[in-house]
Amino acid sequence: MGRYIVHRLLVMIPTLIAISIVVFTIINLPPGNFFSTYIAELQATGQKADLVRIHFLEQQYGFDRPLWQQYLYWVGGLLHGDLGYSFLYNEPVSQVVGDRLLLTLIVSFATILFTYLVAFPIGIYSATHQYSWSDHTLTLLGFLGLATPNFLLALVLLYFANVYFGISIGGLMDPNYVNRPWSWAKTVSVLAHLWIPVIVIGLGGTAAMIRRLRANLLDELHKQYVVTARAKGVAPVKLLFKYPLRMALNPFIADIGSLLPHVISGAVIVSVVMSLPTTGPMLLEALRSQDMYLAGSFLMFLAFMTVIGVLISDLALAALDPRIRLQAGRRP
Amino acid sequence: MSEIEIGGATAANAVPADGVEPLAHYVSSRPFDPYASERLTSAQERFYSASQWRMMWWKLRRHRIAVLSGAVLLAMYVSILFCEFLAPYAADTRNGDFIYAPPQAVHILFDGRLVWPYVDGYDYRLDLNTLKRIYTPDPNKREPIRFFCRGDSYRFWDLIRGDLHLFCPARGGQLFLLGTDRLGRDMLSRIIYGARISLTVGLLGVVVSFTLAVLIGGIAGYYGGWTDILIQRVIEVVQSFPHLPLWMALSAILPVSWSPLLVYFGITLILGLIEWTHLARAVRSKLLALREEDFCTAAVLMGARPARIIGRHLLPSFMSHLIASATLMIPSMILGETALSFLGLGLRPPMTSWGVLLNEAQNINVVALYPWLMLPVIPVIVTILAFNFLGDGLRDAADPYH
Repeated sequence: MGRYIVHRLLVMIPTLIAISIVVFTIINLPPGNFFSTYIAELQATGQKADLVRIHFLEQQYGFDRPLWQQYLYWVGGLLHGDLGYSFLYNEPVSQVVGDRLLLTLIVSFATILFTYLVAFPIGIYSATHQYSWSDHTLTLLGFLGLATPNFLLALVLLYFANVYFGISIGGLMDPNYVNRPWSWAKTVSVLAHLWIPVIVIGLGGTAAMIRRLRANLLDELHKQYVVTARAKGVAPVKLLFKYPLRMALNPFIADIGSLLPHVISGAVIVSVVMSLPTTGPMLLEALRSQDMYLAGSFLMFLAFMTVIGVLISDLALAALDPRIRLQAGRRP
Repeated sequence: MSEIEIGGATAANAVPADGVEPLAHYVSSRPFDPYASERLTSAQERFYSASQWRMMWWKLRRHRIAVLSGAVLLAMYVSILFCEFLAPYAADTRNGDFIYAPPQAVHILFDGRLVWPYVDGYDYRLDLNTLKRIYTPDPNKREPIRFFCRGDSYRFWDLIRGDLHLFCPARGGQLFLLGTDRLGRDMLSRIIYGARISLTVGLLGVVVSFTLAVLIGGIAGYYGGWTDILIQRVIEVVQSFPHLPLWMALSAILPVSWSPLLVYFGITLILGLIEWTHLARAVRSKLLALREEDFCTAAVLMGARPARIIGRHLLPSFMSHLIASATLMIPSMILGETALSFLGLGLRPPMTSWGVLLNEAQNINVVALYPWLMLPVIPVIVTILAFNFLGDGLRDAADPYH
């Protein structure tokens, strides 16, 4: 197992480097850098640019150097927590971001938890009751969940949550708790607000997961060993849980890799609609105003989160499945 | 011992006992066909000699939901050819007197009798307390719908002038079947026009994705070795980006000075550039297996070049699977465009797509006051469901021997 973990961590490094190169390219794609537009803007409005400060910033972030050196500066900064400088807020990115990253993590984690908790029982039920009315209904609901743009669903749910449950619109907590230190009451308020985004973001992924679990489980259920076991009189519940379900679970865990980008994408747009204090709205704002360092660090953070999520799912898979664990580093 | 068995034994040995006349030798005079047992009926023959595509079609035909979805999609795609004719108003006609008018109901009964379809005209009043526009249908103002009539003028496909519509409001009346937006533009007409953009974004994006997937996956699968490992890593990197933020970033850096049409192509390109990875993986794994087949070796020995082997010999053997997977890719692109335009990063207003229309439904007031502004989501859902069902059906059908 130790060898596998080491191997898996080593593979992650080139991936992260490649991701950082892509993100840096995106940061630099708009013509000109922030300072040239900034100075031009100030001059256009007849103001005087603080050339000393700009010069200082330019030097600190290496704008006067060739591109590959700028890249190394940026990556070096990332490695010890300097996320760059947000020119929109005139503050270092790490200050601007605040606890948005933490809240993004909370929302994503809760969504994945929700996905598993809902998809697992429903998937098993659908597979064991194939072609029953409830199976058809659940399948239809799942398809609707896949097809509805989640941002609109968020709006509608938000409205009804406000009308029927009196939950304040927007945000992840009651307005009273914003900028307060974490307390029990604040946590409760966050939980009361969390369920809408979690349901909305999780819906698409849950539907996909149910369909996959159902298909996998059905494949297993039609195999000979199940028939044999049933013929020998193994109790139905034990038969289901002991063999076919374990086989069908593998893809379930491996799915985190594809679930996580989905959840993060969903979280971005849903949090824009619901104005959650997560990375989504700020990323949008940063992109709109071409504050590329801020946008770049968000992109980097989101991609990093995905990579870590895939790592965790791979490790969990290895723990469950000896075939993967023992093949570490060996290509078939 | 039964008699039959004795007789059989005698016949088999064919050694007549002494003093017994042997049986006369009998030969049937009918012509002998050694393949008689393998003769096929014409129906069977048709089945066994059917091409792969024909078998796919037979299998698909049995999948009723898939066929229905295919028909719905076909109708939608045909309708985008004639949206100027189908829409009662032009996309940008503003009805200043009817801002945020709710949908009108079509009546076909009057006093219990069947009559020509009509709508009730609106009485407009401004609520001075809430400053909300209040429209009440007035049963006395019957406005019969006209069919095949002259209405707003348009340039068909930007080429031919015309003003013929499938149906339009009564002369001097209004017809807002799905209500109007903040400029008094008819939602139904705008949804019909929006289909032109929203539906083609998915198709063009898939073309881009498909080409990339076949090209890159083909190279990885055919050459294997280092090329394969490198391409695999690239795919992993692209996949580890959450799509939407990357789409947002890429479309945010499209220059503002671009014309709407250029932005449209830019967005399709961006959507296509990121979605190809799953398909490329499928192509790669198929090719890895297929290149070991004898027909491939034969082609190599006859001196065919890699491009010919991949394109002419390998790809056609699983093209049906590729097309099925490509169909399943379209929904995510349509949703992607919708999401981008909804956020204001995608297409921009002179263009009308369903996402651009939904952009107006961005805040909670809309849900509370003007819920009909959310209606463009219905064609989105229908399209996506249809593509999913069709894709599922195609995927099952792509394996006709299964």
